[in-house]
Amino acid sequence: MEVFNLTIEKIREGLIKKEFSAEELTKMYLEKIEKEDKKIGAFLTLSQDLALSQAKKIDEMISKKKELPILAGVPAAIKDNILVEGVRCTAGSKILENYIAPYDATVTKKLKEAGAIILGKTNLDEFAMGSSTENSAFFPTKNPLDLNRVPGGSSGGSAAAVAADFCVFALGSDTGGSIRQPASFCGIVGLKPTYGAVSRFGLIAFASSLDQIGPMAKNVKDCKIVFDVIKGRDEMDSTSVAKESRSFELKIGELIIGVPKEYFVEGIEPEVKKAIQKAIEKYEKIGVKIEEISLPHTEYALPCYFIISRAEASSNLARYDGMKYGYSEIKNSKSEVRDLKEVYFKSREKGFGREVKRRIILGTYVLSAGYYEAYYLRALKVRTLIKNDFENAFKKVDAIFTPTSPNLPFFLGEKVDDPLKMYLSDIYTVSVNLAGLPAISIPVGKVGNLSVGLQIIARPFEEEKIFKLATLYESTI
Amino acid sequence: MPPKFKISKKEIKKIGELARLELKENEIKKIQDELSKILEYIEKLKEVNITGIPPTSHSVLLENVLRKDEFGSSNFNPEISKKLIDLAPEKKDGYLKVKKII
Repeated sequence: MEVFNLTIEKIREGLIKKEFSAEELTKMYLEKIEKEDKKIGAFLTLSQDLALSQAKKIDEMISKKKELPILAGVPAAIKDNILVEGVRCTAGSKILENYIAPYDATVTKKLKEAGAIILGKTNLDEFAMGSSTENSAFFPTKNPLDLNRVPGGSSGGSAAAVAADFCVFALGSDTGGSIRQPASFCGIVGLKPTYGAVSRFGLIAFASSLDQIGPMAKNVKDCKIVFDVIKGRDEMDSTSVAKESRSFELKIGELIIGVPKEYFVEGIEPEVKKAIQKAIEKYEKIGVKIEEISLPHTEYALPCYFIISRAEASSNLARYDGMKYGYSEIKNSKSEVRDLKEVYFKSREKGFGREVKRRIILGTYVLSAGYYEAYYLRALKVRTLIKNDFENAFKKVDAIFTPTSPNLPFFLGEKVDDPLKMYLSDIYTVSVNLAGLPAISIPVGKVGNLSVGLQIIARPFEEEKIFKLATLYESTI
Repeated sequence: MPPKFKISKKEIKKIGELARLELKENEIKKIQDELSKILEYIEKLKEVNITGIPPTSHSVLLENVLRKDEFGSSNFNPEISKKLIDLAPEKKDGYLKVKKII
């Protein structure tokens, strides 16, 4: 029986009908990873013991005929910046190479309670800073659709793991596109929820006003099931919100979708443009009204995001001081650190990689005396204008369609030496984080082996609407 | 293309000092070039008229969440406290031990 393309629902059926046990299923997935991940590099750590003990618990429940939780026996992978108790959590950085998570992130706890089987931790750009997973301090991940190309990033390991059938779903995190862009590159579905919809407790922070955890899966339905499990208010994250996703009834004839004209100008690859236009036409054919809209501050989103994300990162990463946890120069027998300051400087110098240092420096610069108003405060004001652009657009339209990324997955090594060029692959995704909106990427077209993703954006807490619009494409188009 | 505006090495060193980040001479040179290009790029924001626009530091309206600052709140777990202390490179009697400050 082919078990590697099963949906969450099919796994449940299979378990109940005893076509396979949770333990058998877990072992099959683990064996597949052991055998095939050498060429992809999706996983940094496998958690076999945890996975098998979870699977045994599910099998016991089945033999005792207990009601199974929603994700019972479903093989999952977790981005390695989200804590799983007792399992190494590196954030893709040397500074956390030997860090063992002392507790579960809230999302991990929720997945465990829902019966999901945690197979391992997936590769990422160091501290989620990057768009290709090439900034991982350990090794780059390759795109399962074409091994010469990047899987996107920073949740590249999670996207590749789902696309390579190493798991049924994965968790990622998205600060400027880090779930949606790799989902697009690997031909899968990835949701960045509304800011506050999912608890960030136990997520290693990059830029706290932008970070959100979200699900990545092979289809919209599985993505929604996982989102429903992980969402909700958490007393351990005071920015999480109790609000339920707004319910939404799909009436195709009354739907108006906005397509921002600023997203189809310079910089977009012609194949991507064509695939997105074709997808939009398909919606139009079944009766959805499409309208051109304007988000006038689009061109300022990336520089605005630059300043805010670097500023927040420099502040968040101050916690790596070589004294509480992570790499410490104190432990280096060859080193002779004499005072506290040297512990800071040397531990951080050795622990952080190039991109992370670059971002800390830029963040510190824009927050330093004399530059704060010129850069940081100005960026916060531009952020208001970007948010207003969306609010104005949503007065006229129900949702917004855009490409997820302006380009197809690029070759490994193609952009590593040009950070500005690399950053441009997030140009369609960063505004959504600045405005705190929910957005999904779904695969809508093929260029050779490669996949193109459509981004669907809606108002805060309208994930339900997003899922329905995405399902519409998947099921009827 | 070399950037029009160049940030000085001295300034990079000063920022490194503020960020508690030791930077090697060859790194400083590289960061100098890259940072100058990036700063030139973010200069773009100066085109935007921001008169009278309030800043947004959080996208979703937040309310203050308060609780009493009491020892032994529902989240206190001595087992986790021990695990957290155990992660430190040097410790003594349940405290973190650090190098001398002065």
